[in-house]
Amino acid sequence: MANLLQGLRERLQALGQGAIDRIWRLGFASRFFIAVLRQSASTFLRPRLLLREIFFSGVLSLIIISVSGLFVGLVLGLQGYETLQRYGSSEALGVLVSLSLVRELGPVVAALLFAARGGTSVTAEIGLMKATEQLMAMDMMAVNPLARVVAPRFWGGVITMPLLAAIFSMMGVFGGWLIGVVFIGVDDGAFWSQMQAAVDFRFDILNGVIKSFVFGVAVALIAVFEGYDSVPTAEGVSRAITRTVVTSSLAILALDFVLTSFMFRGA
Amino acid sequence: MSSTPLISIDSLHVGYAGAKVLRGIDMHIPQGKVVAIMGGSGCGKTTLLRCIGGQLKPSTGSVQVAGQVVHELDETGLYALRRKMGMLFQFGALFTDISVFENIAFPMREHTDLPESMIRDLVYLKLEAVGLRGAAHKMPGELSGGMARRVALARAVALDPMLIMYDEPFTGLDPISLGIVGQLIRKLNDALGATSLMVTHDIHESLQIVDYIYFVSAGKIVAEGTPDEIRASSDPFVHQFVHAEVDGPVPFHVPAPSLAEAFLGATHG
Repeated sequence: MANLLQGLRERLQALGQGAIDRIWRLGFASRFFIAVLRQSASTFLRPRLLLREIFFSGVLSLIIISVSGLFVGLVLGLQGYETLQRYGSSEALGVLVSLSLVRELGPVVAALLFAARGGTSVTAEIGLMKATEQLMAMDMMAVNPLARVVAPRFWGGVITMPLLAAIFSMMGVFGGWLIGVVFIGVDDGAFWSQMQAAVDFRFDILNGVIKSFVFGVAVALIAVFEGYDSVPTAEGVSRAITRTVVTSSLAILALDFVLTSFMFRGA
Repeated sequence: MSSTPLISIDSLHVGYAGAKVLRGIDMHIPQGKVVAIMGGSGCGKTTLLRCIGGQLKPSTGSVQVAGQVVHELDETGLYALRRKMGMLFQFGALFTDISVFENIAFPMREHTDLPESMIRDLVYLKLEAVGLRGAAHKMPGELSGGMARRVALARAVALDPMLIMYDEPFTGLDPISLGIVGQLIRKLNDALGATSLMVTHDIHESLQIVDYIYFVSAGKIVAEGTPDEIRASSDPFVHQFVHAEVDGPVPFHVPAPSLAEAFLGATHG
């Protein structure tokens, strides 16, 4: 009986300690976020640093984003046509493809891909800089690593994300057009004109941009934080990369629900 | 040691993660000297270096560099002080995404408004001093360990610091590279009129280039002296260290219950 109580007590203690650790880390991440924002001025005063990060996070993600967008558009075209033609509305294929992409799939899937491609590389880079004492060396040279390393990568991600989501959606619409119009034979004029008539700039495109911006902040923050806070060993960096993917993916999906709830009009 | 101290350490105690690492260090390092801090692994040498650089705060006691109490400085003050310091890390800590040239130009670009032509000339001068002008456009990944250490040395002296700190500068070097780095530490210190503080295990190389040596064990200074005094010392700790004896004041075995007790499972972990 005594052993049972002791075991129960230990488990409760471990549970409590785990909860305290997680809350403490969340608080640390919040303070880290504020510190990055405070050190961000130099990023915009030295645009070369920012452009370099936009290149590494964005330009190098272009292929995976474009190809994925195209395939998602191709699938949407096929699935959408199959459903719409049952109701004799196959001309509305352009509307279905574009609204699905601009409102949801573009920002969400692009953000998930960005977390897997750009986010992990940022975490790995910062984590390895920490493990090889490069961040400490910078600090000892009186150069703040938050300003020189972290802030440019954070803002690079934030700026890149909406652009990648736009490219993803564009490629998706192209994929939907390719399947629907070129291969299946949906009327070209109906495809584009219904899309133009149905897609609203304020409620569809702008909301999509807002979503991708929020996802960009979340993914970039998680990526730089996990790298900066990683245990400076090979195993520590590897775990940090895993956490970046898992936390970013969950954050994207949870934030998507929250944002969609706020944007929901019901009509 | 005489003359004005650049670094004054008084009753320094440092602890972290529940362990006391430094237990009352007193040390006064004069300007212009090359001083070594020696001791076994985990004795607190690197912790001491980090306190001087302001990366760790003492539990009690103080570290003064050029008359400023390091742990009382705010971020601006600390960074102003660090601009006058150079540090060589154990494995160089070169920035791997930029070339050798850019690594050495990095502190110049960050802290000065020098024109590009002057930065180029200064970088080549620093590289010439460490014998690696021909490697200016290589990437750090293309360098051997010894070359990387020399590039890191050039970067550490890029802004002509008043204090240069070395964290295990000889670790992992072949005998030729070790000799080169050792001589460079001495020559650069004298040429720049700087003060050098070196944390190292390498007693033989150190005895050739330093002015003074402190031995640290279990967070305390256990012996000190000039190289001649150290060579002649009969102190058991110094004798064990200089002659690389397996057992002595620093025991071979980590303290533990007896082997019989361990086999019988009386204690575990």
